[in-house]
Amino acid sequence: MSSTQLTSPPQTAIVPPGGPTTFGSLAHHPSGGVQVIDDDPRHYVFSNVFAVAKAGAPYLRTAVAINQEYVLEATRAEGPSPWWSAAHDEFVLVMDGRVTVWLRKPTAPLVEPDHDGAVVFTAEPEGVPMGTIEAGRGHMVLLPAHSAYRFVPETSAVLLFQTVAGPQTEFRWNEICQTS
Amino acid sequence: MTQLSTSDLPAVAGLVDHGTNDHGYGVFGLGSFTFERDEYFATVRWPSGHHRISADDFLRAIQRDIAWEFFYGTVNFDGVLGTVNHYGRVDVCAGRFSKEHQAAGMAHTETFPTEVVAEAFLTIADDWTNEGFDPFVAPRETGSAFGRKNGSNPEALRRRRVTAERMVGAPGDEPLRTDDNGHPVNAAFSDVPQDEPVVRAEAGFADELVAFNLFAYLSRSPVTFNPSVVSACRDSLACPTTEEYILPIIHGNDRVEWFIQLSDEMVWEIEDGATGAKRATVVMKAGDVSAMPADIRHQGYSPKRSMLLVWENASTQLPDLIASGTLPSHPDVWSAR
Ligand SMILES: [Fe+2]
Repeated sequence: MSSTQLTSPPQTAIVPPGGPTTFGSLAHHPSGGVQVIDDDPRHYVFSNVFAVAKAGAPYLRTAVAINQEYVLEATRAEGPSPWWSAAHDEFVLVMDGRVTVWLRKPTAPLVEPDHDGAVVFTAEPEGVPMGTIEAGRGHMVLLPAHSAYRFVPETSAVLLFQTVAGPQTEFRWNEICQTS
Repeated sequence: MTQLSTSDLPAVAGLVDHGTNDHGYGVFGLGSFTFERDEYFATVRWPSGHHRISADDFLRAIQRDIAWEFFYGTVNFDGVLGTVNHYGRVDVCAGRFSKEHQAAGMAHTETFPTEVVAEAFLTIADDWTNEGFDPFVAPRETGSAFGRKNGSNPEALRRRRVTAERMVGAPGDEPLRTDDNGHPVNAAFSDVPQDEPVVRAEAGFADELVAFNLFAYLSRSPVTFNPSVVSACRDSLACPTTEEYILPIIHGNDRVEWFIQLSDEMVWEIEDGATGAKRATVVMKAGDVSAMPADIRHQGYSPKRSMLLVWENASTQLPDLIASGTLPSHPDVWSAR
């Protein structure tokens, strides 16, 4: 039984059972799709995070999934980002590349407590530094409520935000989704 | 269980033990359903019909239903048997979502308090799971479910489900997975990098600077098809899971859910949630995003172990809003935006 194995297998060049693990990237992201039998493909709102991040301007936070007020936003990090802040926790998952997340504690909250989604700031908000987090592919970072944060990627990176729809959320469903 | 007296309330009586059959397995009654297994099959009978499922498939399905606490909406063991979650009560159904059973008058549903079904299903799963069989892992990792009754595997049926309140790795929240806490990297993910983010917190902010390697965390999941909360933004829950072989149930959600394929490739067969009619096939490669409408049921196929982010909205108001037609059954992005 597998439960008797208590240590990880060595990270070797041996191909794992089933074959190598494949992740997508900005450079290479083959996509599947909806093959309709008796349905409307638009009901599946099908897109690809990497294709969406690639097609948009840097730091455009494009919704790729929505469920009532909640969204997942895909973006391409390129050069230093503006600063953002939200009244609620947000989370970011690095899908490709490497970024440093800069976090600051503003002197006073930058966003009203009942405001949904991220708000953008062009200048560094007044406050104190909370620290930095260097994150690579597959890493998830907490963006705490009422902190201010920005990203500085090594080169280009793809980020997926778990947040609430707000003034920074771009809706481009017709451009990003399979429609037929 | 709450204060339910079985003599006062026969309709919600728990599992009835009808003894052991010639194959060594317990025979059980729940309401007017009876559950019996032999060396290959589980057989379920109800007043207007009966149905067989391969014993391994039945055990994989009932195990998910137990572990997920009946999940969101409908958990179909196959095209005939299943449960519908009413969050406090659970319907046990046969033929309810099969057009043919409905037409033949063979569809049957009985409703029980959640705890009654949870306890009954765990008892059945315990009795019917042999020593070498683990219904929660990939086929390559387990022995056979078949044959005469041979021991049991209670630990495999009682794995703790991860539910982060804020985020995995946050102070006081779900811990990271390591070799030391019994979570070695799964062989199928032995090539997944195990590096962790570099956190440099200023004095006083160590508790607020939280990050972890989600892909490494998932590579250490010991089970398949077990969506578990790793981060929560109010009712928005990120529930990634590791998938290998076939989703042992056909899920019919009572709300829209979303899939984001994080690694490798999966194929989803989509059927009408109420009738089982074929609707679509969705092929998802790494980075692909797809909604799963609320009026369908879906079963996923993962030819190698893969990472899937299941994204749920846990709002308790959604099932009624969708059932009443106040909200559409698919994401309303085409008319509203
Ligand atoms: Fe599902």
